Amino acid sequence: MPVQFSWNLLTDFQEMWSYPFMVNAFRAGAVVALVAGAIGWFMVLRRQSFAGHTLGVVAFPGASFATLAGISTGFGYFGFCLAAALVIALLRREGRDADAEESAATGVVQAFLLACGFLFIALYKGLLSGPESILFGSFLGITTGQVLLLALVGLAVLAVLVVIGRPLLFASVDPQVAAARGVPVRLLSTLFLLLLGAATAEAAQITGSLLVFALLVLPAATAQVLTARPALSLLLTLLLGFGATWAGLIAAWYWPYPLGFFVTSFAFAGYLLAHAARLVARRRGTGAGAGAMTAVPRTDAARRVAV
Amino acid sequence: MTVRDMTAARQQIRDGEPEQTAARRQLTSQRAGTQLPRADRRTTQDGTVHTVAIEQAAVPVQATAAATIPAAVATTAAAADPVLELRGAAVRVGGRTLWSGVDLDVRAGEFVAVLGPNGVGKSTLLKVLLGVLPAAEGEARVLGLRPGQGGDRVGYLPQRRSFGPGMRIRGVDLVRLGLDGDRWGLPLPGGRRRREQAERIAEVVELVGATAYAHRPIGECSGGEQQRLLIAQALVRRPAVLLLDEPLDSLDLPNQSAVAALIGRICHQEGVAVVMVAHDVNPILHHLDRVVYIAGGGAVAGAPGEVVTSENLTRLYGTPVEVLRTADGRLVVVGQPEA
Repeated sequence: MPVQFSWNLLTDFQEMWSYPFMVNAFRAGAVVALVAGAIGWFMVLRRQSFAGHTLGVVAFPGASFATLAGISTGFGYFGFCLAAALVIALLRREGRDADAEESAATGVVQAFLLACGFLFIALYKGLLSGPESILFGSFLGITTGQVLLLALVGLAVLAVLVVIGRPLLFASVDPQVAAARGVPVRLLSTLFLLLLGAATAEAAQITGSLLVFALLVLPAATAQVLTARPALSLLLTLLLGFGATWAGLIAAWYWPYPLGFFVTSFAFAGYLLAHAARLVARRRGTGAGAGAMTAVPRTDAARRVAV
Repeated sequence: MTVRDMTAARQQIRDGEPEQTAARRQLTSQRAGTQLPRADRRTTQDGTVHTVAIEQAAVPVQATAAATIPAAVATTAAAADPVLELRGAAVRVGGRTLWSGVDLDVRAGEFVAVLGPNGVGKSTLLKVLLGVLPAAEGEARVLGLRPGQGGDRVGYLPQRRSFGPGMRIRGVDLVRLGLDGDRWGLPLPGGRRRREQAERIAEVVELVGATAYAHRPIGECSGGEQQRLLIAQALVRRPAVLLLDEPLDSLDLPNQSAVAALIGRICHQEGVAVVMVAHDVNPILHHLDRVVYIAGGGAVAGAPGEVVTSENLTRLYGTPVEVLRTADGRLVVVGQPEA
């Protein structure tokens, strides 16, 4: 790109936004960051990161199949991710070892579909601009139609999440009690995997198939390091995801490296900073912290005598 | 409440239980009447009983009153509806009958423990009362309804689950989920309803003595602290019935007795009927109003002093068990096979 990055962001944005495809990139980035952030927050809480990773990887055969078949890659992403989410949900069983079984089933799905992706690429032979942009993300050539599709799907995902958010949180944190209270835990689990499929399909179009975690896990994990208040944590996740994506887009415009790398690096830097901040806060609070540590058993003992 | 049920309840009092236990029950149901009107809602259906209960409640109730309550009154009040009922209940899991012919009555403010060797179906009994598992035979009623119909008037604490340090959510959030976690849609910030909810949460957290750490991430709380918060979660909707599945499991000894005392206090003060599954009876024994031993496909129920005897337990467990009495009159079970 011809222009140098200046520290005056106003002129930078003016310069970048004089290109319509760049405006589309920023719009798509904003949509994707918010959707992936919100879904990712629940994913981290539910410890379903492996399912998220698998769905991200599935975006690769999805996109390469769409290219091979000559249809819009957007449909490939969504079709494959949603189908894989459904398969994982169906393979999932309730019970004590549900987690172990789920990860094994998820791994099976991942391996097979990844292999399919390589087959599609091999079949396409040469004419594919290279699997690179599918794997590592690209902001070039995002059309207004694609942005519209991302926005519509994103809106639908967020709307469903608003409706099911609270019972989903209950079912994620405390499934047994939630079930006893009449929350449809199983149904929510399936529904969430579908939302996760849609969110990874969105994220994969910006960060690439291999780096969906940049938007799914990193902002949520960072926010959860910083606070244990659910509402605040969710809000922070959205802000962090949004910030990392737009910063990544700016960087990718001025420097000749993949977008996925920048987005991931910024999000990762945020994660490290959050941990450092917590460490500093703990060190600083050593005196008070030690006091609290000794105070707890004492009050416990006092209560024991009282009751 | 059917006539048959009333007769059965009376009959049981006359047959099986010493007068003092009945009087104590009277005492607790009176408290329930004054402090928790909801807990007694069904009692209003039979007018006479209710009137008696209210009149008695007007008299200042002290612990010492137990001995002075006339036997006649005790009998009348004991006829109050059982909150939980099993009549000749049997349960089958995977084609195998775990237990059958089990009768059980639990009234408001009673603390009942379900004991027995591993795998006899203690937790299954809770599942029947929750309506998760149907009774294969006989009848089960919870608050006069079919199990599972009690809604938020039945609190449940599943077998101990602990939260690792990765669980980044505060204790109060967990308690709040117990209050409104099953509602669809997002809560709106502000408003009277929200404020009332916050007050209720603070109140129940205070009740279990968890105020000091309720705002810490649950994963950073100790096992005993987590268990207190989970009890608060189960209590937040003011249930009339509390079903607890091994709440003392994997707690250290001081925490076992503290949590047992807490549950006993809530049960007797708030008039909540508590059914607790446990495998070690000692930490809870002196708080209990009744014990139910499940063994050999059936159940033996009664006051702790009658049921918890060396002969009974030795027979039920099929291994020598001795029940000792300490200097201050507490029972201690020795040699009971631990899980």
